[in-house]
Amino acid sequence: MTPLDAKRPLQLNAQGQLQHFLSLDGLPRELLTEILDTADSFLEVGGRAVKKVPLLRGKTICNVFFENSTRTRTTFELAAQRLSGAAHFIAEHVCPQVAVINGGDGRHAHPTQGMLDMLTIRRHKGGFENLSVAIVGDILHSRVARSNMLALKALGCPDIRVIAPKTLLPIGIEQYGVKVYTDMAEGLKDVDVVIMLRLQRERMAGGLLPSEGEFYRLFGLTTARLAGAKPDAIVMHPGPINRGVEIESAVADGPQSVILNQVTYGIAVRMAVLSMAMSGQTAQRQFEQEQAQ
Amino acid sequence: MKLSILGARVIDPASGLDQVTDLYLDAGKIIAIGAAPAGFNAIESIDAKGLVAAPGLVDLNVALREPGYSRKGNINSETQAAAAGGVTSLCCPPNTKPVLDTSAVTELILDRAREAGNCKVFPVGALSKGLDGEQLAELIALRDAGCVAFSNGLESFRSTRTLCRALEYAATFDLTVIFHSQDRDLAEGGLAHEGAVASFLGLPGIPETAETVALARDLLLVEQSGVRAHFSQLTSARGVALIAQAQARGLPVTADVALYQLILTDEALIDFSSLYHVQPPLRTKADRDGLRAAVKSGVVSAISSHHQPHERDAKLAPFGATEPGISSVELLLPLAMTLVEDGLLDLPTLLARLSAGPADALRLPAGKLEVGSPADLVLFDLGSSTVAGEHWLSKGENCPFIGHSLPATVRYTLMDGRISYQA
Repeated sequence: MTPLDAKRPLQLNAQGQLQHFLSLDGLPRELLTEILDTADSFLEVGGRAVKKVPLLRGKTICNVFFENSTRTRTTFELAAQRLSGAAHFIAEHVCPQVAVINGGDGRHAHPTQGMLDMLTIRRHKGGFENLSVAIVGDILHSRVARSNMLALKALGCPDIRVIAPKTLLPIGIEQYGVKVYTDMAEGLKDVDVVIMLRLQRERMAGGLLPSEGEFYRLFGLTTARLAGAKPDAIVMHPGPINRGVEIESAVADGPQSVILNQVTYGIAVRMAVLSMAMSGQTAQRQFEQEQAQ
Repeated sequence: MKLSILGARVIDPASGLDQVTDLYLDAGKIIAIGAAPAGFNAIESIDAKGLVAAPGLVDLNVALREPGYSRKGNINSETQAAAAGGVTSLCCPPNTKPVLDTSAVTELILDRAREAGNCKVFPVGALSKGLDGEQLAELIALRDAGCVAFSNGLESFRSTRTLCRALEYAATFDLTVIFHSQDRDLAEGGLAHEGAVASFLGLPGIPETAETVALARDLLLVEQSGVRAHFSQLTSARGVALIAQAQARGLPVTADVALYQLILTDEALIDFSSLYHVQPPLRTKADRDGLRAAVKSGVVSAISSHHQPHERDAKLAPFGATEPGISSVELLLPLAMTLVEDGLLDLPTLLARLSAGPADALRLPAGKLEVGSPADLVLFDLGSSTVAGEHWLSKGENCPFIGHSLPATVRYTLMDGRISYQA
C-alpha cells in the first residue's frame, strides 16, 4: 500500500514552470539553466547606476524567519536542524498566488545558494561538462552541500567529490552520485573547483571532531594543499568564513578565491528566482481561470 | 441477555477452531458453541451468515489521552474508536498527565472506562515515579488498583543500576515489565530513521543501534533478573533477530510491533508529511520485511495499533516541530487484513496476533472464544471493504490511511455479550 499523498511537484505549476523554489530535487536541467541565464541577464542590471528592475513592482515580499531564538548558539542550532521541511510546509499552506522561496531549511536545502554557486562556476569555468568539483568539510549538517550536489548532478558535472571525516558525512551519501574522500590531498587532486563549507564550533562538543586545530590540520584549505588542485582552480565558500578553521586567509583572500563574487551573483540569482516564481504563479492563475471558463 | 449468533465462520486461534457454526451467549459469557443449550430462548439473534466471528481484538497500546490531554482524545472517544476497529480489550500507556503512577489515576481511568462501556481497559502503570527513571513507582499499589504491567515508555532509565533494581523488584512479585527499548543518547534529537531518506531530507537520524543497543542490554538484564518481560514497538530487523535469539536460548520474552510498521517505511517521509512522524521511527523496507517475517514466524506474537491521537495543531507545523504518532486503532481490523490480502498471513494466524497473542503476553483474561469465557467478539465481513475515514470516532484525525479502501468491514463488536459497536 502506498500513501495517497504521494510525491507531487509542489514547486512546478501545470506548465512545468517554477511557482515555488523549495529544493533542487526533481528540477530538470533546462529549468536550472533558465535560472542561470536569467541571473546572467540581471548581472548586467547590477552594473547600471540605478539597480532596480520593475519585475516585482506592486508585489509584497515577506521574509519569514523560523528560527525564533538566536539568544544562544545551541538553541539556534537545535532550532535550525529541526526545521528541515519548513519551506515545504509553508508552500503547502499558503494561499494560491503566493510564491515561497526557500532561504534554507535546517539541513535539508538551500537552493538559492546552490544556484548562485552554479552561476559562479559557470561564469568562471564556462560550463559543467568536464569539471571536477570538490566539496570539503561538514557535509552532514550542510544544506548548502546537499543543494550543490543535486545541482551539479542535474547540470551534468561528471566528477563530484566530497571530502570529510566519517563523522561529518551523512549516511547514504552515495545516493547523490558523488565520490567520497577522507584524505584531503587525494580528494583535491586536479580539481577545477573547491567549495569549502563553514565548520560550526559546536561540532567539537558532540564528539564529531577532537578540535578545530586537528580539523584544520587534516581538512583546512591552505596554499600548499590548494597546489594539488588544477593551477586555475577556483575556491568558493558560502560564508561567513572561519579563517584558520576551514580556510587559510592567504587562500580566502588570494587570487583563486571567488568568494566575494559569489555574493554579487547571489543577488542576481535571487532576483531571477523571485521573478520566475512570480510569473509562474501568474501563469498558473491564468491557466486556472481559463480552465474554469 | 440471551443472544445467539447464527451461521458465522467462527475462528478461535487459541483452540484451532475454524468452522461455520452458531454461538450462544448469556450473562456476558459464551455458554455454547454449535448446538443451542437446552431451553435457550434468545432475546436477540444476529444472522451472521457470511461473517467471520473471532475473539474481540486485544490491543496492547492505545493512548486514551485522559487524564491530561483531552484536546487529543478522551477515554470515551478513543474506546469508541477502538470498538469500531474490532477491539474489546486494550492497554493504555502511563504517559498521561498526571502520569499513571498512582492508584488514584488508575482508578480514575478504570471508572471512566467502565462508564463509557466501549472496551475493557487494562492500564499499564509507570515503572518509575513520573516516568523519570529514577525512583520506583509503587508497583504493588498500582497492581492492586488494576495495572496489568509496568513500563517506562520511551523514557529510558538514567542509570542502568536503577533499571536493574526495578526489574528485580518487579520479578519478586511476578509483575510484567514492558520495554520500549531505545537508547536515549543514540536517539537524542532524532526525527527519522538514520538512513538515506533522512540524509536526503536533512532530518537528524535515529540509528538502528538506538534500538539494538538498548534491546541487547535489556534482554541481558531480563535474563539476570528473571522478570517477565514484553518488548513493545520493535522497529528493526536486527531488533527482532535479537528477540529470536533470546527466545531460542529459552528466555520467555514476548514482543509486539505497531501495525503501521508492517505497512509503511521511511520512504513515506519524502515531502515531509508530518502524518508519518512517529517515535520510534519508520525504518527501511528491509526492516519492514524483517518485522513481517517475525510476525509470520511467531517471534513477534502481537500486533498492536500504538494508537496516538493528536489535535490538528499538533501536526500542523514543519516536520520537526510536530508531535509523533498515528491515530489508527479505529482501523485495526481492516488495516491488519491487508496482511492477509498481501499473502503474508492466513486469517487464523492474523487473528492470533491480534487476540490470543497479545492477551497471553500480558496474561489478560481475553482473546479466546471458548465456552465459559467472556463473550468478547468481533463479527466482520470479508466480502465488504472499508473506506478509511468515512466515519471517524477518534478525536485524532492524524491517520495517513484515511481515504484508502481496506479489505473487510467490522459489522459488530461485542463486549461481555453486549453490542459495543455496530456498523
